[in-house]
Amino acid sequence: MKYALIPLLPFIAFVLNIVFGRNYIKDRAHWIAVPAVFGSFVLAVSAFTDVLSGNVININLYSWITSGDFHVTVGFLIDQLSAIMLIVVTSISTLIFIYSIGYMHGDGGYYRFFAYLSLFVFSMLVLVMANNFLLMYFGWEAVGLCSYFLIGFWFHKKSAADAGKKAFIVNRFGDFGFGLGVILIFLTFGSLDYMQVFGQAGSLLGQTIDLFGYDVDLATLICLLLFCGAVGKSAQIPLHVWLPDAMEGPTPVSALIHAATMVTAGVFMVARCNPLFNMSEIAMNTVAIVGGVTAIFAATIALVQNDIKRVIAYSTVSQLGYMFLALGVGAYSAGIFHLYTHAYFKALLFLGSGSVIHALHHAKHDDEQNMQKMGGLRKHMPLTYRVFIIATLSITGIPFLAGFFSKDEILWRAFLGGELGRFLWLLGTIAALLTAFYSWRLIYLTFHGSYRGGEGQEQHIHESPKVITVPLMFLAFGAIFAGYVGIPPLFVEHGDKIGEFLAPVLGHPEGHGTHVQEFFVMGASIFVALAGWIVAYTMYLKKTDLPQKIGSLFKPIHTLLFNKYYIDELYSRSIVQPVLKASDKIILAFDTYVIEGIVNGLPNLIGLFSRKFRTVQTGFLANYGLVMAFGVLCIIGYMIFVR
Amino acid sequence: MLVPLSWYIILSAVIFSIGVFGFLARRNLIIMFISIELMLNSVNISLAAFSHYLQVMRGQILVFFVITVAAAEAAIGLAILIAYYKNNPTIKVDEINLLKG
Repeated sequence: MKYALIPLLPFIAFVLNIVFGRNYIKDRAHWIAVPAVFGSFVLAVSAFTDVLSGNVININLYSWITSGDFHVTVGFLIDQLSAIMLIVVTSISTLIFIYSIGYMHGDGGYYRFFAYLSLFVFSMLVLVMANNFLLMYFGWEAVGLCSYFLIGFWFHKKSAADAGKKAFIVNRFGDFGFGLGVILIFLTFGSLDYMQVFGQAGSLLGQTIDLFGYDVDLATLICLLLFCGAVGKSAQIPLHVWLPDAMEGPTPVSALIHAATMVTAGVFMVARCNPLFNMSEIAMNTVAIVGGVTAIFAATIALVQNDIKRVIAYSTVSQLGYMFLALGVGAYSAGIFHLYTHAYFKALLFLGSGSVIHALHHAKHDDEQNMQKMGGLRKHMPLTYRVFIIATLSITGIPFLAGFFSKDEILWRAFLGGELGRFLWLLGTIAALLTAFYSWRLIYLTFHGSYRGGEGQEQHIHESPKVITVPLMFLAFGAIFAGYVGIPPLFVEHGDKIGEFLAPVLGHPEGHGTHVQEFFVMGASIFVALAGWIVAYTMYLKKTDLPQKIGSLFKPIHTLLFNKYYIDELYSRSIVQPVLKASDKIILAFDTYVIEGIVNGLPNLIGLFSRKFRTVQTGFLANYGLVMAFGVLCIIGYMIFVR
Repeated sequence: MLVPLSWYIILSAVIFSIGVFGFLARRNLIIMFISIELMLNSVNISLAAFSHYLQVMRGQILVFFVITVAAAEAAIGLAILIAYYKNNPTIKVDEINLLKG
């Protein structure tokens, strides 16, 4: 089965690099990793064409666990949904691996970087290709582990090590729910295989389960538990706090894991479980509301951040919110469509910002991610500037770039989704306005105006080498054209190829509107995109004193946004600190009384007894003789009188 | 006239008691060794007496074993004593108390 090689090739690259990297491979690590992941890409394309010609592949390779009624196999399901994910993951991975050759050049952990990155690709591919929940859970946890490794890649920096831990621990909360969901699925259906579970999904209707004395709808409970995992992995409210901090990792990692692939695992999982989610309206509404609120919430934070990567990180959170919004209103294929276009333009944004950071780093800039210290870079980095413009046009939804089609599809589907849908559409449209504003703000602060960094740095800023810019151009190509697989039927009959392609797995979205309505929704999103652009243009290019004025005019709001709604502080006060304090006390008490009690008590006890009993050893031979004689007498007496 | 068995037993018991008393009361290591020999040989007497009384040869064979063991024990004991004396010129057991707890 050649498709098993899709995840195995990166895994082999991982093993080779981690075992032989330090001593033998060293700076040649990419000669192993890049061909491996490119091989996966070629195989993924072949799998995709296979699926396109109508072959859904579902094969069990290996019986993993057999215990009573519990059977789990290692098996792969390549259907329309996973085929698209395979293409997204492997193509973006290949480009980012190539980019990393330039970006990570000369880093002490070069081989380690490629080893972890390969392991990540392996895990992600397992997650995507799994044909049962347990294997997916394996991939799910493994990508989290790789994310932890790679966020803390520069572990000698305390902030990076802390960010890695934070990501891992925050994800624990979500994954706990996901794990419970998987268990509940097994209890309900007696199987973890997708085909069997989804085949019986209809039987969930009306079933309830006793939970702490309340009758809870079973489908709702399962879906909400699964969604918990998605909330953690895809950084939705209230577990979004780890993603911005994850930007401590190297930029290729941010692009691959924290923008294009891993964080979209939650979206993929919900889409994969659509037969279950369709059984519960409450769960669907929760997904939609969490998505919509996250979209606007993260966008507001992004308005005022100064760290170039953090702005893009919040933008990612916001875009993930869009995807969940789409899933929640039942437009699964729109969500996956946005996942697919987002992967290209967001990876492009991240890699572009990486190119900027790389250039500033070589110019000995001391605060290389702070946009307030940039400016005027378009003269020095024309290519990076151009791809950045393309990515921004795409993400803001300017017509006929990739982001326009997918975002518009989501907003249109939301618009059709009843009263709640209308409300979410409004949220989404406002978020689109904010997206346009902060995206252009980023461009203007970074590339326009005059250079605001230190003296004598500017002449050292140069365009990045080809190994960095060529992947950027490929991604830019994707950011422009990726959307043409999903042209709305309004423009081209049967233009929504991706929707029709995914329909066997994800079904057709419900609801039909008039052409006028559709034009209205589209016009509104184009209008807000342009409006955000114009506002940013005025504020950051024409009247550059305006941001300062507005900032001081709305001081409380600015402070609130700048401090990210104080969510980190809230969690720190309400959860982290109390737990730390309590555990400090508990550990101290446990240590002094239990551990030290055992450790010191046992020898003390032995000492006490031995001090008493060692006096038996008088050292006088005669005493020993007497005891022996007395013992003999006792034995003789026993023999004579008792027996 | 045959000497009755009881006399042998009494003789054996008396010698054994002398041996026990000597072992417990005296402080000279050599005397203590002699006391041990006394005890061993008192046992030999009773073994030989019973062997004759019961007309079973096993007891007398055992006596030979005991004599052998006693000889070996005396040899080893004296060797230890001499080795100890070289380091610590005394044979009074009161002063040999290194193993005191």
